[in-house]
Amino acid sequence: MAAGATRPGEAPPPAVELQGIDKWFGTNHANRGIDLAVMPGTIHGIIGENGAGKSTLMNILFGFLEADGGRILVDGEPRRIRRPEDAIRAGIGMVHQHFMLVEPFTVVENVLLGAEEGPLLRRSRAKARAELGRLARDYALDVPLDAVVHDLPVGLQQRVEILKALYRGARILILDEPTGVLTPAEADHLFRILTGLRDQGRTVLLITHKLREIMAVTDRVSVMRQGAMVAHRETAETSREDLAELMVGHKVILRIDKGRARPGAPVLEVRDLWVHDRQDVPRLKGLTFDVRAGEIVGVAGVSGNGQSELLEVLSGILHPTKGEVRVGGEPVLNPAQGRSLGVGHVPEDRLRVGLVRTFPAWENAVLGHQRDARYEQGGFMRRRRIRDVCRDWMRRHDVRPQSCDLEAGGFSGGNQQKLVLAREMEHEPGLLLVGQPTRGVDIGAIELIHKRLVALRDRGKAILLVSVELDEVMALADRILVMFDGTITGEVPGEGADERRIGLLMAGIAEEAA
Amino acid sequence: MADVWLQALLVTDSTVRLAAPLVLAAMAGLFSERSGVVDIALEGKMLGGAFAAAAAAAYTGSAWLGLLAALVVSYLLAMLHGFATITNRGDQVVSGMAINIAVAGLGPVLADAWFHQAGRVPVFGAGTRFTEIDLPFAEAARAVPLMGSFYAEVVSGHNLLVYLAALSVPLTAFVVYQTRFGLRLRAVGENPAAVDTAGIPVARMRYEALMVTGLLCGVAGAYLSIGQGAGFVRDMTAGKGYLALAALIFGKWRPVPTLLACLLFALADALQTRLQGVTLPVIGELPTQAIQALPYLLTILLLAGFVGRAVAPKAIGQPYVKER
Repeated sequence: MAAGATRPGEAPPPAVELQGIDKWFGTNHANRGIDLAVMPGTIHGIIGENGAGKSTLMNILFGFLEADGGRILVDGEPRRIRRPEDAIRAGIGMVHQHFMLVEPFTVVENVLLGAEEGPLLRRSRAKARAELGRLARDYALDVPLDAVVHDLPVGLQQRVEILKALYRGARILILDEPTGVLTPAEADHLFRILTGLRDQGRTVLLITHKLREIMAVTDRVSVMRQGAMVAHRETAETSREDLAELMVGHKVILRIDKGRARPGAPVLEVRDLWVHDRQDVPRLKGLTFDVRAGEIVGVAGVSGNGQSELLEVLSGILHPTKGEVRVGGEPVLNPAQGRSLGVGHVPEDRLRVGLVRTFPAWENAVLGHQRDARYEQGGFMRRRRIRDVCRDWMRRHDVRPQSCDLEAGGFSGGNQQKLVLAREMEHEPGLLLVGQPTRGVDIGAIELIHKRLVALRDRGKAILLVSVELDEVMALADRILVMFDGTITGEVPGEGADERRIGLLMAGIAEEAA
Repeated sequence: MADVWLQALLVTDSTVRLAAPLVLAAMAGLFSERSGVVDIALEGKMLGGAFAAAAAAAYTGSAWLGLLAALVVSYLLAMLHGFATITNRGDQVVSGMAINIAVAGLGPVLADAWFHQAGRVPVFGAGTRFTEIDLPFAEAARAVPLMGSFYAEVVSGHNLLVYLAALSVPLTAFVVYQTRFGLRLRAVGENPAAVDTAGIPVARMRYEALMVTGLLCGVAGAYLSIGQGAGFVRDMTAGKGYLALAALIFGKWRPVPTLLACLLFALADALQTRLQGVTLPVIGELPTQAIQALPYLLTILLLAGFVGRAVAPKAIGQPYVKER
């Protein structure tokens, strides 16, 4: 591609073009040869599930991370962007998911930081005031200039971030999950601001996992899945269902033979469950459902719609703001008490929550059960006993290498998962909560894990399975609950489930409308 | 009446003398801690500066070369702290403590090796110390009641480094609140990620802050050995670095309140010298040790009870690591 000038009549080059961007984090291939072209004067959405690599890609474009391969072109010219100041100089501004603001500073001070005129602040302050007044008028970005940022509501803090970027002359604005912390009214105002920016010729890159926002405000949309760019669409020519399907994708999962479920009495009872996050945004909005003994209930949905919070509440890690969770009729108060009620939990994030990375496998094998009389005597760990148990589990669950002394962090992701699953299943829980059981696990191991889950069900245990892999949920679950935006939008029987119907429910299109 | 006034002037005068090193060290600490680097090594840098000043002044016969040596040594110690905690992201308290211990041992050992005076470095001779400067009209003003005697006793008659200490406070306040450097300094101690995304290298900002810290501590050290005192003795800082740190916290990391805290500590110190051997009504004569403990007791009391919510720079003590 020839650099630079365009002749009159010729279409302008993309405002931003990424060619073959590659990024590894250790063994994790976070960006796989990403190509992307963003046309000037448009709002371009990038959608994908949590962990699809969107934020990584944007951090590379903003110079916060350096790519392992590929090139970046701004207005048709190749640019080396290795640090944020390179990006700023190229006219790129970024509004981070977690605001980059100095809380005890005033709005003016925050805007000035890094964009001062000369070594004394007096003149810079005056200039910033004038310029911010102009920006506020042009783009409906009103913010009290002398207010301390700490005292501003998040919606206004976000405007300060936008002002910071514009003050630095950003022509290309990246917003990373900007509505996560906003109320719907604040989000609508943000969209008006973004539309205004576009109409005045600036380019906006909107990163989100919310379909509603893509449909509401973007001109074009690119879909990422598992580190790869899987599709580009004109927003007007696509639909929520189409995008939802592209985001989740199809993983080849072998059907497993399982008999009919013979559900017994309810083990888990959830009634009108509400959870609010630290910003007081509701994440779960009044969920009610049961899981019975001897059945697998699957929870499907695009990630980030409340599934993670659901698992954390059910296991006792997170406290509900309203409603109740009962296991065998008893309320779950905290993880330890949950365990005593027979709740097993295979967390979504095994390395952060499920294992202690620096402990050897044998210690991890009894984590959470270390007070059990089988493993403890008079305050001492029964090391030989625990190691025998650990070795036995490693053999039966095919954990490789079969070394009880290896630190948990030394196993591959799949084997870490098998270790956690072994611990949770071997303690014969009355209720097993499973989050993303096969994330990062190879095909062979997936089959083994699925068989064991079905076997556990057939022994009369209740299982709640949360997975972003729709095929996995469809293969295992006897009933499927579909979540969207903190609510259950519908229930589908597992047997012969209609994928299209699930897709609509995942996109938040209620059953009546479908 | 005149006698009470004179007593008050004398106490105030010695308060100023005792406050000077505290003020310099506390302003030094302000730069470091505002940038997010905990500096309990103020003590070690001062002691190192005191030793270097004494050694250089004794060797060359020049107080100015003594001051220069103090600046260099204290600056290098600050850079060592930076290398350990900024570049290598070591624990800031551990690094600071290591510097304090190393200097406390190294000073007397080198002194013994070079000067053979049982770990001391005596400084004598013309021009080897910063001596008292009489400000113009001091003698004439003495005749004027109150203000005149105040000018003559308290304002005039200090060495150059005391005036430098006095100047360091408004200067610090100006730099911190009115300059680009100050804005970035305050920002990097609160939210280094914001500084990074604004295109300012975090590590460089923190090193620059530590440079200022090192230089100010050097002046404080030189004051002890070739200003107020006449030579270096083992452990001559006697916890002044920690006291300065306490004053900084008590002053909530702001220049003027920190100055006031320093003056309060110095006043307690000045009073304790005066109170030794004095018989108080009812209580009788206080044991010397109890009186000497006064400034330190005051520190504990103030920090424990009266600081309120100390609002430390939010990122203090945390090495900056780019999140992935």
